[in-house]
Amino acid sequence: MKKYQLNLVLTQVEPLNERYALIKARPQEGPLPEMVPGQFAQLRIEGSATTFLRRPISIHFVDEAQGEVWFLVQVVGDGTRRLVSMKPGDVLDTLLPLGNGFTVPSPDDGPCLLVGGGVGIAPLLYLGACMKRSGGQPVFLLGARKASDLVELPLFRRYGPVHVTTEDGSMGEKGFVTQHSLLQAQRFAHISVCGPGPMMKAVAAYARRQDIACEVSLENMMACGLGACLCCVEDTQHGHVCVCKEGPVFNINQLKWQI
Amino acid sequence: MADLSVKIGNLRLKNPVMTASGTFGYGLEYADFVNLADLGGIIVKGTTLNPREGNPYPRMAETAQGMLNCVGLQNKGVDYFCTHIYPLIKDVDTAMIVNVSGNSPEDYAACAARINELPGIPAIELNISCPNVKQGGMAFGTSPEGAASVVRAVRAAYDKTLIVKLSPNVTSITDIALAVQDAGADAVSLINTLMGMAIDAERRKLVLSIGTGGLSGPAVKPVALRMVYQVARAVHIPVIGLGGISSATDAVEFLLAGASAVQIGTANFIDPSVSVKVVRGIDDYLVRHGFASVQDIVGLL
Repeated sequence: MKKYQLNLVLTQVEPLNERYALIKARPQEGPLPEMVPGQFAQLRIEGSATTFLRRPISIHFVDEAQGEVWFLVQVVGDGTRRLVSMKPGDVLDTLLPLGNGFTVPSPDDGPCLLVGGGVGIAPLLYLGACMKRSGGQPVFLLGARKASDLVELPLFRRYGPVHVTTEDGSMGEKGFVTQHSLLQAQRFAHISVCGPGPMMKAVAAYARRQDIACEVSLENMMACGLGACLCCVEDTQHGHVCVCKEGPVFNINQLKWQI
Repeated sequence: MADLSVKIGNLRLKNPVMTASGTFGYGLEYADFVNLADLGGIIVKGTTLNPREGNPYPRMAETAQGMLNCVGLQNKGVDYFCTHIYPLIKDVDTAMIVNVSGNSPEDYAACAARINELPGIPAIELNISCPNVKQGGMAFGTSPEGAASVVRAVRAAYDKTLIVKLSPNVTSITDIALAVQDAGADAVSLINTLMGMAIDAERRKLVLSIGTGGLSGPAVKPVALRMVYQVARAVHIPVIGLGGISSATDAVEFLLAGASAVQIGTANFIDPSVSVKVVRGIDDYLVRHGFASVQDIVGLL
Protein backbone atom coordinates (compact mmCIF):
# COMPACT_ATOMS: atom_id res chain seq x y z
CA MET A 1 0.00 0.00 0.00
CA LYS A 2 1.21 3.49 -0.78
CA LYS A 3 2.47 5.39 2.26
CA TYR A 4 1.84 9.07 2.82
CA GLN A 5 3.49 11.87 4.73
CA LEU A 6 0.34 13.68 5.71
CA ASN A 7 -0.52 16.67 7.86
CA LEU A 8 -3.61 15.88 9.90
CA VAL A 9 -5.74 18.51 11.59
CA LEU A 10 -7.00 17.40 14.99
CA THR A 11 -10.77 17.60 15.29
CA GLN A 12 -11.11 16.17 18.81
CA VAL A 13 -8.82 15.36 21.74
CA GLU A 14 -10.80 13.71 24.50
CA PRO A 15 -9.30 12.38 27.75
CA LEU A 16 -10.90 8.99 28.48
CA ASN A 17 -9.32 8.45 31.88
CA GLU A 18 -6.18 9.60 33.67
CA ARG A 19 -3.90 7.80 31.17
CA TYR A 20 -5.78 7.41 27.88
CA ALA A 21 -6.99 9.97 25.36
CA LEU A 22 -8.87 9.63 22.10
CA ILE A 23 -7.59 11.77 19.23
CA LYS A 24 -9.60 12.25 16.03
CA ALA A 25 -8.03 13.90 13.00
CA ARG A 26 -8.56 14.50 9.31
CA PRO A 27 -6.15 15.40 6.49
CA GLN A 28 -5.36 19.10 6.14
CA GLU A 29 -6.03 18.60 2.45
CA GLY A 30 -7.10 15.71 0.26
CA PRO A 31 -8.82 12.47 1.19
CA LEU A 32 -7.85 10.08 3.97
CA PRO A 33 -5.79 7.21 2.50
CA GLU A 34 -7.14 3.69 2.67
CA MET A 35 -6.00 1.84 5.80
CA VAL A 36 -6.50 -1.66 7.12
CA PRO A 37 -6.91 -2.66 10.78
CA GLY A 38 -3.63 -3.39 12.52
CA GLN A 39 -1.65 -0.83 10.56
CA PHE A 40 -0.09 2.12 12.34
CA ALA A 41 1.04 5.70 11.89
CA GLN A 42 4.30 7.41 12.87
CA LEU A 43 3.46 10.67 14.62
CA ARG A 44 5.94 13.52 14.87
CA ILE A 45 5.82 15.23 18.24
CA GLU A 46 7.03 18.80 18.55
CA GLY A 47 8.29 20.62 21.60
CA SER A 48 9.47 17.69 23.72
CA ALA A 49 13.18 17.76 24.61
CA THR A 50 13.22 14.02 25.30
CA THR A 51 11.26 12.95 22.21
CA PHE A 52 13.55 12.71 19.21
CA LEU A 53 11.93 9.96 17.15
CA ARG A 54 8.38 9.71 15.86
CA ARG A 55 5.94 7.69 17.94
CA PRO A 56 4.27 4.65 16.36
CA ILE A 57 0.55 4.64 17.21
CA SER A 58 -2.07 2.12 16.02
CA ILE A 59 -4.89 3.05 13.73
CA HIS A 60 -7.72 2.88 16.27
CA PHE A 61 -10.61 3.49 13.91
CA VAL A 62 -11.36 4.96 10.50
CA ASP A 63 -14.55 6.97 10.33
CA GLU A 64 -15.13 7.01 6.61
CA ALA A 65 -18.27 9.14 6.83
CA GLN A 66 -16.36 11.91 8.60
CA GLY A 67 -13.09 11.28 6.76
CA GLU A 68 -11.37 10.89 10.13
CA VAL A 69 -8.76 8.60 11.59
CA TRP A 70 -8.73 7.92 15.33
CA PHE A 71 -5.80 7.24 17.64
CA LEU A 72 -6.08 5.86 21.17
CA VAL A 73 -3.05 7.23 23.04
CA GLN A 74 -1.71 6.07 26.38
CA VAL A 75 0.44 8.63 28.16
CA VAL A 76 3.77 6.93 28.83
CA GLY A 77 6.38 9.68 28.67
CA ASP A 78 6.81 13.30 27.73
CA GLY A 79 6.14 12.68 24.01
CA THR A 80 2.75 11.07 24.51
CA ARG A 81 1.94 13.72 27.17
CA ARG A 82 2.55 16.42 24.55
CA LEU A 83 0.48 14.50 22.04
CA VAL A 84 -2.60 14.32 24.25
CA SER A 85 -2.22 17.98 25.24
CA MET A 86 -2.64 19.07 21.61
CA LYS A 87 -5.83 20.95 20.81
CA PRO A 88 -8.45 20.69 18.07
CA GLY A 89 -7.13 22.64 15.08
CA ASP A 90 -3.50 21.71 15.80
CA VAL A 91 -1.64 20.00 12.98
CA LEU A 92 0.04 16.62 13.37
CA ASP A 93 2.74 15.45 10.91
CA THR A 94 2.09 11.75 10.25
CA LEU A 95 3.40 8.89 8.13
CA LEU A 96 0.68 6.39 7.29
CA PRO A 97 -0.53 3.76 6.76
CA LEU A 98 2.46 1.65 7.84
CA GLY A 99 2.96 -2.10 8.23
CA ASN A 100 0.61 -5.01 7.58
CA GLY A 101 -2.72 -5.46 9.26
CA PHE A 102 -4.73 -8.30 10.74
CA THR A 103 -6.38 -10.94 8.61
CA VAL A 104 -10.14 -10.49 8.31
CA PRO A 105 -11.25 -14.14 8.09
CA SER A 106 -14.14 -15.27 5.93
CA PRO A 107 -17.49 -15.03 7.79
CA ASP A 108 -18.04 -18.71 6.91
CA ASP A 109 -15.20 -19.69 9.26
CA GLY A 110 -17.32 -18.84 12.32
CA PRO A 111 -16.93 -16.38 15.18
CA CYS A 112 -13.58 -14.64 15.73
CA LEU A 113 -12.15 -13.66 19.11
CA LEU A 114 -10.43 -10.28 19.43
CA VAL A 115 -8.34 -10.13 22.61
CA GLY A 116 -7.01 -6.81 23.85
CA GLY A 117 -5.06 -5.78 26.92
CA GLY A 118 -4.45 -2.24 28.11
CA VAL A 119 -3.94 0.21 25.25
CA GLY A 120 -3.65 -2.86 23.01
CA ILE A 121 -7.41 -2.66 22.55
CA ALA A 122 -6.71 0.20 20.08
CA PRO A 123 -6.50 -1.67 16.75
CA LEU A 124 -9.31 -4.06 17.69
CA LEU A 125 -12.10 -1.48 17.36
CA TYR A 126 -11.38 -0.95 13.66
CA LEU A 127 -10.72 -4.68 13.20
CA GLY A 128 -14.08 -5.57 14.74
CA ALA A 129 -15.81 -2.98 12.56
CA CYS A 130 -14.21 -4.41 9.40
CA MET A 131 -15.09 -7.98 10.42
CA LYS A 132 -18.72 -7.06 11.06
CA ARG A 133 -18.93 -5.12 7.79
CA SER A 134 -17.76 -8.19 5.89
CA GLY A 135 -20.46 -10.31 7.56
CA GLY A 136 -18.33 -11.79 10.33
CA GLN A 137 -19.08 -12.19 14.04
CA PRO A 138 -16.36 -10.56 16.13
CA VAL A 139 -16.37 -11.24 19.88
CA PHE A 140 -14.25 -8.99 22.09
CA LEU A 141 -12.37 -10.09 25.19
CA LEU A 142 -10.74 -7.06 26.82
CA GLY A 143 -8.51 -7.15 29.87
CA ALA A 144 -7.26 -4.43 32.19
CA ARG A 145 -5.92 -3.92 35.70
CA LYS A 146 -9.07 -2.17 36.91
CA ALA A 147 -12.47 -1.00 35.65
CA SER A 148 -11.37 2.59 35.00
CA ASP A 149 -8.71 1.32 32.56
CA LEU A 150 -11.42 -0.09 30.30
CA VAL A 151 -12.55 2.58 27.87
CA GLU A 152 -14.96 2.84 24.96
CA LEU A 153 -16.88 -0.34 25.80
CA PRO A 154 -20.11 1.01 24.19
CA LEU A 155 -18.18 1.60 20.97
CA PHE A 156 -16.91 -1.97 20.93
CA ARG A 157 -20.44 -3.27 21.59
CA ARG A 158 -21.57 -1.77 18.27
CA TYR A 159 -19.62 -4.51 16.51
CA GLY A 160 -19.99 -7.53 18.77
CA PRO A 161 -20.36 -8.93 22.31
CA VAL A 162 -17.79 -7.58 24.78
CA HIS A 163 -16.36 -9.72 27.58
CA VAL A 164 -14.13 -8.20 30.23
CA THR A 165 -11.58 -9.25 32.80
CA THR A 166 -9.94 -7.04 35.43
CA GLU A 167 -7.05 -8.03 37.66
CA ASP A 168 -8.77 -6.52 40.72
CA GLY A 169 -12.21 -7.83 39.85
CA SER A 170 -13.72 -4.33 39.66
CA MET A 171 -15.42 -5.19 36.35
CA GLY A 172 -16.21 -8.43 34.54
CA GLU A 173 -14.46 -11.61 35.59
CA LYS A 174 -11.50 -11.32 37.95
CA GLY A 175 -8.11 -12.39 36.59
CA PHE A 176 -6.40 -12.46 33.21
CA VAL A 177 -8.04 -12.76 29.81
CA THR A 178 -6.83 -16.35 29.46
CA GLN A 179 -8.81 -17.28 32.60
CA HIS A 180 -12.12 -15.98 31.25
CA SER A 181 -14.96 -18.54 31.17
CA LEU A 182 -15.71 -17.56 27.57
CA LEU A 183 -12.72 -19.63 26.43
CA GLN A 184 -14.32 -22.76 27.92
CA ALA A 185 -17.82 -21.89 26.71
CA GLN A 186 -17.20 -21.09 23.07
CA ARG A 187 -14.97 -22.32 20.26
CA PHE A 188 -13.50 -19.68 17.93
CA ALA A 189 -12.21 -20.00 14.39
CA HIS A 190 -9.56 -17.30 14.71
CA ILE A 191 -7.98 -15.17 17.44
CA SER A 192 -6.49 -11.68 16.99
CA VAL A 193 -4.47 -10.31 19.91
CA CYS A 194 -2.92 -7.00 20.85
CA GLY A 195 -1.61 -6.15 24.30
CA PRO A 196 1.33 -6.60 26.68
CA GLY A 197 3.87 -9.28 25.69
CA PRO A 198 3.08 -11.77 28.50
CA MET A 199 -0.64 -11.53 27.73
CA MET A 200 -0.10 -12.11 24.02
CA LYS A 201 2.13 -15.10 24.75
CA ALA A 202 -0.49 -16.57 27.10
CA VAL A 203 -3.22 -16.19 24.48
CA ALA A 204 -0.91 -17.55 21.77
CA ALA A 205 -0.19 -20.61 23.95
CA TYR A 206 -3.94 -21.16 24.39
CA ALA A 207 -4.52 -20.84 20.64
CA ARG A 208 -1.75 -23.31 19.88
CA ARG A 209 -3.10 -25.87 22.36
CA GLN A 210 -6.56 -25.48 20.88
CA ASP A 211 -5.23 -25.46 17.31
CA ILE A 212 -6.83 -22.10 16.54
CA ALA A 213 -5.29 -19.71 14.02
CA CYS A 214 -3.87 -16.76 15.94
CA GLU A 215 -2.37 -13.40 15.02
CA VAL A 216 -0.57 -11.03 17.40
CA SER A 217 0.43 -7.40 16.99
CA LEU A 218 3.96 -6.61 18.23
CA GLU A 219 5.26 -3.23 19.31
CA ASN A 220 9.05 -3.56 19.28
CA MET A 221 10.90 -0.25 19.65
CA MET A 222 11.08 1.41 16.25
CA ALA A 223 13.05 4.24 14.71
CA CYS A 224 12.09 4.67 11.04
CA GLY A 225 8.84 2.68 10.82
CA LEU A 226 9.61 1.99 7.15
CA GLY A 227 11.85 -1.10 7.22
CA ALA A 228 15.05 0.86 6.65
CA CYS A 229 16.88 1.02 10.00
CA LEU A 230 16.42 -2.63 11.07
CA CYS A 231 16.07 -1.64 14.74
CA CYS A 232 12.67 -3.21 15.56
CA VAL A 233 13.49 -6.76 14.48
CA GLU A 234 11.74 -9.87 15.80
CA ASP A 235 13.33 -13.30 15.52
CA THR A 236 11.10 -15.36 13.23
CA GLN A 237 11.18 -18.57 11.21
CA HIS A 238 12.69 -16.38 8.46
CA GLY A 239 15.35 -14.83 10.71
CA HIS A 240 15.30 -11.26 11.96
CA VAL A 241 12.52 -9.30 10.26
CA CYS A 242 11.35 -5.73 10.80
CA VAL A 243 8.18 -5.52 12.89
CA CYS A 244 7.38 -2.17 11.24
CA LYS A 245 7.42 -3.58 7.71
CA GLU A 246 6.76 -7.35 7.90
CA GLY A 247 4.46 -6.84 10.92
CA PRO A 248 3.35 -5.47 13.24
CA VAL A 249 0.84 -8.31 12.90
CA PHE A 250 2.28 -11.83 12.76
CA ASN A 251 0.74 -15.26 12.73
CA ILE A 252 2.11 -16.94 15.87
CA ASN A 253 3.53 -19.75 13.74
CA GLN A 254 5.95 -17.26 12.17
CA LEU A 255 7.42 -16.36 15.57
CA LYS A 256 9.95 -18.22 17.68
CA TRP A 257 8.04 -17.75 20.91
CA GLN A 258 8.54 -20.53 23.46
CA ILE A 259 4.86 -21.23 24.07
CA MET B 1 19.45 27.87 -9.84
CA ALA B 2 23.10 27.25 -8.95
CA ASP B 3 25.24 24.43 -10.33
CA LEU B 4 24.86 21.75 -7.69
CA SER B 5 26.93 19.03 -9.35
CA VAL B 6 30.00 17.68 -7.59
CA LYS B 7 32.71 15.18 -8.44
CA ILE B 8 33.89 12.42 -6.10
CA GLY B 9 36.78 10.60 -7.77
CA ASN B 10 35.48 9.68 -11.23
CA LEU B 11 31.93 9.87 -9.99
CA ARG B 12 29.83 12.88 -10.90
CA LEU B 13 26.83 13.51 -8.63
CA LYS B 14 23.97 15.74 -9.76
CA ASN B 15 24.01 17.37 -6.34
CA PRO B 16 26.01 16.98 -3.12
CA VAL B 17 23.25 15.31 -1.07
CA MET B 18 23.33 11.57 -0.51
CA THR B 19 21.53 9.42 2.03
CA ALA B 20 23.65 7.55 4.57
CA SER B 21 23.99 3.80 4.72
CA GLY B 22 21.61 2.04 7.07
CA THR B 23 19.18 4.93 7.23
CA PHE B 24 17.54 4.74 3.81
CA GLY B 25 17.31 1.01 3.11
CA TYR B 26 17.81 0.46 -0.62
CA GLY B 27 16.05 3.72 -1.42
CA LEU B 28 12.86 1.90 -2.37
CA GLU B 29 11.60 2.10 1.22
CA TYR B 30 11.45 5.90 0.76
CA ALA B 31 10.12 6.04 -2.79
CA ASP B 32 6.63 7.03 -1.59
CA PHE B 33 8.09 10.13 0.09
CA VAL B 34 10.99 11.19 -2.14
CA ASN B 35 11.63 11.30 -5.87
CA LEU B 36 14.86 9.29 -5.64
CA ALA B 37 16.16 10.88 -8.84
CA ASP B 38 16.29 14.23 -7.03
CA LEU B 39 19.09 12.93 -4.79
CA GLY B 40 22.81 13.14 -5.50
CA GLY B 41 23.23 9.55 -4.40
CA ILE B 42 21.98 6.76 -2.17
CA ILE B 43 24.36 4.70 -0.04
CA VAL B 44 22.54 1.44 0.41
CA LYS B 45 22.60 -0.75 3.50
CA GLY B 46 25.90 -2.34 4.56
CA THR B 47 26.57 -5.49 2.57
CA THR B 48 28.88 -8.36 3.51
CA LEU B 49 30.23 -11.40 1.66
CA ASN B 50 28.05 -13.76 3.69
CA PRO B 51 24.55 -13.20 5.14
CA ARG B 52 24.43 -11.78 8.66
CA GLU B 53 21.52 -11.88 11.13
CA GLY B 54 22.91 -8.93 13.09
CA ASN B 55 22.62 -8.49 16.83
CA PRO B 56 19.65 -9.54 18.97
CA TYR B 57 16.82 -7.12 19.80
CA PRO B 58 16.82 -4.53 21.41
CA ARG B 59 19.01 -2.63 18.99
CA MET B 60 17.94 0.95 19.49
CA ALA B 61 17.76 3.54 22.25
CA GLU B 62 16.46 7.07 21.88
CA THR B 63 18.79 9.70 23.37
CA ALA B 64 18.81 13.49 23.69
CA GLN B 65 18.73 14.75 20.08
CA GLY B 66 19.84 11.41 18.77
CA MET B 67 19.71 7.65 18.98
CA LEU B 68 21.95 4.67 19.60
CA ASN B 69 21.82 1.60 17.39
CA CYS B 70 23.54 -1.76 17.48
CA VAL B 71 21.99 -3.38 14.40
CA GLY B 72 25.25 -5.20 13.66
CA LEU B 73 25.26 -5.24 9.85
CA GLN B 74 22.19 -7.41 9.32
CA ASN B 75 22.02 -8.15 5.60
CA LYS B 76 21.40 -11.07 3.27
CA GLY B 77 24.88 -11.12 1.77
CA VAL B 78 26.33 -9.90 -1.52
CA ASP B 79 24.94 -12.76 -3.63
CA TYR B 80 21.40 -11.94 -2.55
CA PHE B 81 22.10 -8.26 -3.19
CA CYS B 82 23.34 -8.97 -6.73
CA THR B 83 20.49 -11.29 -7.71
CA HIS B 84 17.48 -9.85 -5.84
CA ILE B 85 18.08 -6.21 -4.97
CA TYR B 86 20.34 -4.91 -7.71
CA PRO B 87 17.72 -5.52 -10.46
CA LEU B 88 15.25 -3.38 -8.49
CA ILE B 89 17.58 -0.41 -8.01
CA LYS B 90 19.90 -0.41 -11.01
CA ASP B 91 17.72 1.93 -13.05
CA VAL B 92 17.11 4.49 -10.32
CA ASP B 93 18.39 7.74 -11.80
CA THR B 94 20.87 8.59 -9.06
CA ALA B 95 24.25 7.27 -7.94
CA MET B 96 23.49 3.98 -6.18
CA ILE B 97 26.49 3.30 -3.95
CA VAL B 98 26.92 0.11 -1.95
CA ASN B 99 28.33 0.18 1.57
CA VAL B 100 30.66 -2.83 1.96
CA SER B 101 31.79 -4.45 5.21
CA GLY B 102 33.71 -7.57 6.16
CA ASN B 103 35.67 -9.60 8.72
CA SER B 104 39.04 -9.55 6.96
CA PRO B 105 40.76 -7.69 4.10
CA GLU B 106 40.09 -10.74 1.88
CA ASP B 107 36.39 -10.64 2.83
CA TYR B 108 36.10 -6.98 1.93
CA ALA B 109 37.93 -7.54 -1.35
CA ALA B 110 35.77 -10.51 -2.37
CA CYS B 111 32.58 -8.56 -1.66
CA ALA B 112 33.89 -5.51 -3.54
CA ALA B 113 34.88 -7.69 -6.51
CA ARG B 114 31.30 -8.94 -6.83
CA ILE B 115 29.95 -5.40 -6.82
CA ASN B 116 32.63 -4.32 -9.31
CA GLU B 117 30.77 -6.47 -11.87
CA LEU B 118 27.54 -4.48 -11.52
CA PRO B 119 27.42 -1.71 -14.15
CA GLY B 120 24.70 0.19 -12.29
CA ILE B 121 26.81 0.65 -9.14
CA PRO B 122 29.43 3.37 -9.82
CA ALA B 123 31.05 3.38 -6.38
CA ILE B 124 31.35 1.60 -3.06
CA GLU B 125 31.70 2.95 0.43
CA LEU B 126 34.00 0.82 2.54
CA ASN B 127 32.77 0.53 6.10
CA ILE B 128 35.83 0.19 8.32
CA SER B 129 34.03 1.90 11.15
CA CYS B 130 31.02 -0.12 12.31
CA PRO B 131 31.09 -0.08 16.13
CA ASN B 132 28.57 -2.90 16.47
CA VAL B 133 30.35 -6.05 15.30
CA LYS B 134 32.95 -8.05 17.18
CA GLN B 135 35.22 -8.83 14.25
CA GLY B 136 36.20 -6.47 11.48
CA GLY B 137 34.27 -3.25 11.24
CA MET B 138 35.75 -0.68 13.54
CA ALA B 139 38.69 -2.94 14.40
CA PHE B 140 40.18 -2.02 11.02
CA GLY B 141 39.20 1.61 11.17
CA THR B 142 40.93 2.48 14.42
CA SER B 143 44.56 2.07 13.31
CA PRO B 144 46.22 3.55 10.22
CA GLU B 145 47.80 0.14 9.39
CA GLY B 146 44.53 -1.77 9.76
CA ALA B 147 42.64 0.77 7.65
CA ALA B 148 45.30 0.77 4.96
CA SER B 149 45.38 -3.04 4.80
CA VAL B 150 41.66 -3.21 3.97
CA VAL B 151 41.84 -0.37 1.45
CA ARG B 152 44.85 -1.92 -0.32
CA ALA B 153 43.10 -5.28 -0.62
CA VAL B 154 39.91 -3.70 -1.97
CA ARG B 155 41.76 -1.33 -4.29
CA ALA B 156 43.36 -4.36 -5.99
CA ALA B 157 39.91 -5.90 -6.57
CA TYR B 158 37.85 -2.82 -7.36
CA ASP B 159 38.44 -0.28 -10.11
CA LYS B 160 35.55 2.18 -9.70
CA THR B 161 35.18 4.99 -7.18
CA LEU B 162 36.26 3.86 -3.71
CA ILE B 163 34.97 5.84 -0.73
CA VAL B 164 36.20 4.88 2.74
CA LYS B 165 33.95 5.61 5.74
CA LEU B 166 35.92 6.59 8.81
CA SER B 167 35.28 6.00 12.49
CA PRO B 168 35.25 8.92 14.93
CA ASN B 169 36.20 6.54 17.75
CA VAL B 170 39.92 7.30 17.36
CA THR B 171 42.49 9.71 18.76
CA SER B 172 43.50 11.16 15.40
CA ILE B 173 41.06 10.73 12.53
CA THR B 174 43.43 12.59 10.17
CA ASP B 175 46.07 9.86 10.61
CA ILE B 176 43.51 7.28 9.46
CA ALA B 177 42.37 9.50 6.60
CA LEU B 178 45.94 9.97 5.37
CA ALA B 179 46.58 6.22 5.60
CA VAL B 180 43.54 5.31 3.47
CA GLN B 181 44.39 8.06 0.99
CA ASP B 182 47.89 6.60 0.57
CA ALA B 183 46.38 3.11 0.20
CA GLY B 184 44.30 4.19 -2.78
CA ALA B 185 40.99 5.60 -1.54
CA ASP B 186 39.30 8.05 -3.94
CA ALA B 187 37.40 9.78 -1.13
CA VAL B 188 36.65 9.53 2.56
CA SER B 189 33.28 9.86 4.28
CA LEU B 190 32.99 10.79 7.93
CA ILE B 191 31.80 10.31 10.56
CA ASN B 192 30.33 6.92 11.31
CA THR B 193 28.54 6.70 14.66
CA LEU B 194 30.16 7.51 18.01
CA MET B 195 30.24 4.55 20.36
CA GLY B 196 27.90 5.06 23.30
CA MET B 197 25.73 3.35 25.87
CA ALA B 198 22.26 3.61 27.38
CA ILE B 199 21.21 2.36 30.82
CA ASP B 200 17.68 1.78 32.11
CA ALA B 201 17.79 3.02 35.70
CA GLU B 202 14.41 1.57 36.69
CA ARG B 203 15.34 -1.94 35.59
CA ARG B 204 19.07 -1.51 36.38
CA LYS B 205 19.97 -2.95 32.98
CA LEU B 206 21.80 -2.02 29.81
CA VAL B 207 19.25 -1.00 27.19
CA LEU B 208 20.97 -2.43 24.11
CA SER B 209 21.42 -6.17 23.60
CA ILE B 210 25.20 -5.91 23.28
CA GLY B 211 25.53 -3.07 25.78
CA THR B 212 27.03 -0.50 23.44
CA GLY B 213 25.79 1.13 20.26
CA GLY B 214 26.57 3.88 17.76
CA LEU B 215 25.27 7.38 18.49
CA SER B 216 23.85 9.40 15.61
CA GLY B 217 21.59 12.39 15.11
CA PRO B 218 21.94 16.13 15.80
CA ALA B 219 23.78 15.37 19.06
CA VAL B 220 26.92 14.34 17.14
CA LYS B 221 26.98 17.22 14.64
CA PRO B 222 29.60 19.42 16.35
CA VAL B 223 31.98 16.45 16.62
CA ALA B 224 31.42 15.56 12.97
CA LEU B 225 31.96 19.14 11.81
CA ARG B 226 35.25 19.38 13.69
CA MET B 227 36.49 16.10 12.21
CA VAL B 228 35.46 17.02 8.65
CA TYR B 229 37.25 20.35 9.05
CA GLN B 230 40.44 18.65 10.27
CA VAL B 231 40.44 15.89 7.65
CA ALA B 232 39.62 18.22 4.75
CA ARG B 233 42.74 20.22 5.58
CA ALA B 234 44.92 17.14 5.78
CA VAL B 235 43.99 15.17 2.65
CA HIS B 236 43.85 16.00 -1.06
CA ILE B 237 41.01 13.60 -1.92
CA PRO B 238 37.34 14.67 -1.56
CA VAL B 239 35.71 14.48 1.85
CA ILE B 240 32.05 13.54 2.28
CA GLY B 241 30.61 14.93 5.49
CA LEU B 242 27.93 13.35 7.65
CA GLY B 243 26.83 13.30 11.25
CA GLY B 244 23.62 14.87 12.47
CA ILE B 245 22.71 16.78 9.33
CA SER B 246 18.99 17.56 9.40
CA SER B 247 18.65 20.81 7.47
CA ALA B 248 20.17 22.67 4.54
CA THR B 249 21.95 24.96 6.98
CA ASP B 250 23.60 21.95 8.61
CA ALA B 251 24.66 20.72 5.15
CA VAL B 252 26.11 24.11 4.19
CA GLU B 253 28.13 24.11 7.43
CA PHE B 254 29.73 20.81 6.39
CA LEU B 255 30.48 22.16 2.89
CA LEU B 256 32.09 25.24 4.43
CA ALA B 257 34.12 22.95 6.71
CA GLY B 258 35.59 21.37 3.59
CA ALA B 259 33.20 18.57 2.58
CA SER B 260 32.61 18.21 -1.16
CA ALA B 261 29.34 16.39 -0.51
CA VAL B 262 27.19 15.35 2.44
CA GLN B 263 25.08 12.45 3.61
CA ILE B 264 21.80 12.61 5.50
CA GLY B 265 21.30 9.77 7.95
CA THR B 266 19.19 9.67 11.08
CA ALA B 267 17.17 12.74 10.00
CA ASN B 268 15.48 10.48 7.41
CA PHE B 269 13.72 8.77 10.33
CA ILE B 270 12.25 12.04 11.54
CA ASP B 271 11.33 13.44 8.13
CA PRO B 272 11.50 10.92 5.27
CA SER B 273 11.60 13.72 2.70
CA VAL B 274 14.31 15.78 4.44
CA SER B 275 16.98 14.83 1.87
CA VAL B 276 15.28 16.59 -1.05
CA LYS B 277 14.47 19.56 1.17
CA VAL B 278 18.21 19.84 1.88
CA VAL B 279 18.96 19.80 -1.87
CA ARG B 280 16.55 22.68 -2.42
CA GLY B 281 17.82 24.52 0.63
CA ILE B 282 21.44 24.37 -0.52
CA ASP B 283 20.40 25.84 -3.86
CA ASP B 284 18.50 28.62 -2.07
CA TYR B 285 21.59 29.38 0.02
CA LEU B 286 23.86 29.57 -3.03
CA VAL B 287 21.47 31.84 -4.91
CA ARG B 288 20.91 34.02 -1.85
CA HIS B 289 24.66 34.51 -1.38
CA GLY B 290 25.45 34.90 -5.09
CA PHE B 291 27.44 31.69 -5.63
CA ALA B 292 27.20 30.09 -9.07
CA SER B 293 28.25 26.64 -7.95
CA VAL B 294 28.21 24.53 -4.82
CA GLN B 295 31.91 23.91 -5.39
CA ASP B 296 32.50 27.61 -4.69
CA ILE B 297 31.70 27.18 -1.01
CA VAL B 298 33.64 23.97 -0.27
CA GLY B 299 36.10 24.88 2.49
CA LEU B 300 35.23 28.57 2.20
CA LEU B 301 35.94 29.73 5.74
